[in-house]
Amino acid sequence: MSDPKNPERDQADHNGAVPVQRDDTGEVIGTRRGMFGANNGGDTSGYGGLVRTVRLPGASTRPYGGPRGAAEGYGEFDEIADELAGALDEQGLVPENVIAKTVVDRAELTFHIEREYLPAVARILRDDPALRFELCTGVSGVHYPEDTGRELHAVYHLRSITHNRLVRLEVSAPDADPHVPSLVSVYPTNDWHERETYDFFGLVFDGHPALTRIMMPDDWQGFPQRKDYPLGGIPVEYKGAQIPAPDQRRSYS
Amino acid sequence: MTTPPLTPRDTTEGAVYTVTGGDWDEVAARAMKSDDERIIVNMGPQHPSTHGVLRLILEIDGETVTEARCGIGYLHTGIEKNLEYRTWTQGTTFVTRMDYLTPFFNETAYCLAVEKLLGITDRIPDRASVIRVMLMELNRLSSHLVAIATGGMELGATTIMIYGFRDRELILDLYELITGLRMNHAYIRPGGLAQDLPPGAVDQVRAFVKKMRKNLPEYDKLATGNPVFKGRMEGIGYLDLAGALATGATGPIVRSAGLPHDLRTSQPYCGYETYEFEVPTADTCDAYGRFLIRLEEMRQSLRIVEQCLDRLAPGPVMVEDKKIAWPAQLALGPDGLGNSLDHIKKIMGTSMEALIHHFKLVTEGFRVPPGQAYCAVESPKGELGVHVVSDGGTRPYRVHFRDPSFTNLQAMAAMCEGGQVADVIVAVASIDPVMGGVDR
Repeated sequence: MSDPKNPERDQADHNGAVPVQRDDTGEVIGTRRGMFGANNGGDTSGYGGLVRTVRLPGASTRPYGGPRGAAEGYGEFDEIADELAGALDEQGLVPENVIAKTVVDRAELTFHIEREYLPAVARILRDDPALRFELCTGVSGVHYPEDTGRELHAVYHLRSITHNRLVRLEVSAPDADPHVPSLVSVYPTNDWHERETYDFFGLVFDGHPALTRIMMPDDWQGFPQRKDYPLGGIPVEYKGAQIPAPDQRRSYS
Repeated sequence: MTTPPLTPRDTTEGAVYTVTGGDWDEVAARAMKSDDERIIVNMGPQHPSTHGVLRLILEIDGETVTEARCGIGYLHTGIEKNLEYRTWTQGTTFVTRMDYLTPFFNETAYCLAVEKLLGITDRIPDRASVIRVMLMELNRLSSHLVAIATGGMELGATTIMIYGFRDRELILDLYELITGLRMNHAYIRPGGLAQDLPPGAVDQVRAFVKKMRKNLPEYDKLATGNPVFKGRMEGIGYLDLAGALATGATGPIVRSAGLPHDLRTSQPYCGYETYEFEVPTADTCDAYGRFLIRLEEMRQSLRIVEQCLDRLAPGPVMVEDKKIAWPAQLALGPDGLGNSLDHIKKIMGTSMEALIHHFKLVTEGFRVPPGQAYCAVESPKGELGVHVVSDGGTRPYRVHFRDPSFTNLQAMAAMCEGGQVADVIVAVASIDPVMGGVDR
């Protein structure tokens, strides 16, 4: 993430500014080719050869800042990170092993957690008096098929009513071993949310009391919200023209 | 009865096995001996008292519910998946259909998240934010009216139902005037609004506020002190604060447990910190408390709507950035709402650049810098959160709605188990789930 050639830009970046599009920093999660979605050689525009690397905001460096910040850029996010690291230390865990990276982007704090430590981290965030994230707003799955070894992500948003804060936890699992520990024992509200994420992404939440499909029929094959699962649909005739199904239409990648 | 299973008996046709084993007899005997009032009832998915296609699976012992479970998914329409195949602007057309009783909340939450990704949150014109707040508060009224109306109907109090839908109709008329539609508006767009208020809208809303102030006390007269109504509601659907936080229940449920948690005051958006209103709470933890909270919230919403009307100053309703702002200039023509003839004349006749720009922005859409964002608004049902991920393209990479109905419905079992069958209806009505939001 840090850019030795341009320290000023680097400084501006990690305070949560929106990243510039043509940026060579951040974490690569895939590449997009072409522009008009025509892959059969029919595109003569010249845009077919475009290659764009997709980079998500990468790890941030201290100070993280955050709302109600103090002098020198230190703010609430630093406080949360310090408290979490301290509490992990107390439990005999090495923070560097638990927290893969910390990202501050668009004034939001994200901890990328190694999946085996997720319940421990969630329990600390819930119970530590200085953290007190009482409310979990569930889990959202994201599928990055090109992010080899970390294809499936589970994203949790925790809200502290006591301190009026929000923090995001993100864990990843490879497609070959789609297992993430369940948080139902810490946040019972995640019961249905984890079932939904399992239903749509095939992420298996170990320790969930009854991990079954919740939206799709019980005997459904496949996981519909994965990127390689087709949207479906049929061409529709409108005023004499055939309009292809939504996922077959021309798109701008 | 004591015949061991699978004992062959020789006949002229060969060995005959008797497969009616002892097991089955034992089960039947045990069932005969045990309480014969214990049955499992499937309530729904088609049932007038379940707010749409909600299926309740109840294990009943006499009149007592011993176990309650929900079956959901009957209204799953794959909106989140569909969003990944449309431009960011087209997304509002989909999200407005999720919880169809709170369309403006869905649209605003989605647009706030997209605007956060774009980094233009501070550049949304004031007028757009004020109109958003006004529509959301009108929407809170119409949603609570349905909650109270259908809740009353399920108790047999059909007068409340008539009153509720009568008043909701007035609000739907306002929607129709402002957005052109009674539901599924797609009026709030990333960057602002689809169009400005039509002439006369402010006066109409003012007249409505006046009328509604007269109508609201009728609910008090009809229900609040009514001994039958109270008898059916008090102590029913009990969920205390620990239970509410554990199940993730927000909105009137957590406020009926005494916690004044409201995102409008704790994490203000759209300028809510500048409006004067109160967050009502109750300490009864029951359906009656939730009813009182909804009633009071409607009064507070009227206050906010009035403040919105007072501060509506002329100005743009769409962000100034022409790379994001929808290029159309909508006008009402003889064939409905569409591009104004002046705009068509300009882009077709005088400015090729404007035509190209219009075409590109409408067909391709704008690009959103990669990253993720979470935005939450206080919908009538609780925290409506939106998690959006962009890969830098013209279409969302992933949109997830944390719908409050979905989360709150998990509390159903805790509220109903141990109670009576008839009270399940009251408890579910006090959660006020809308299946369009639950299943998405």
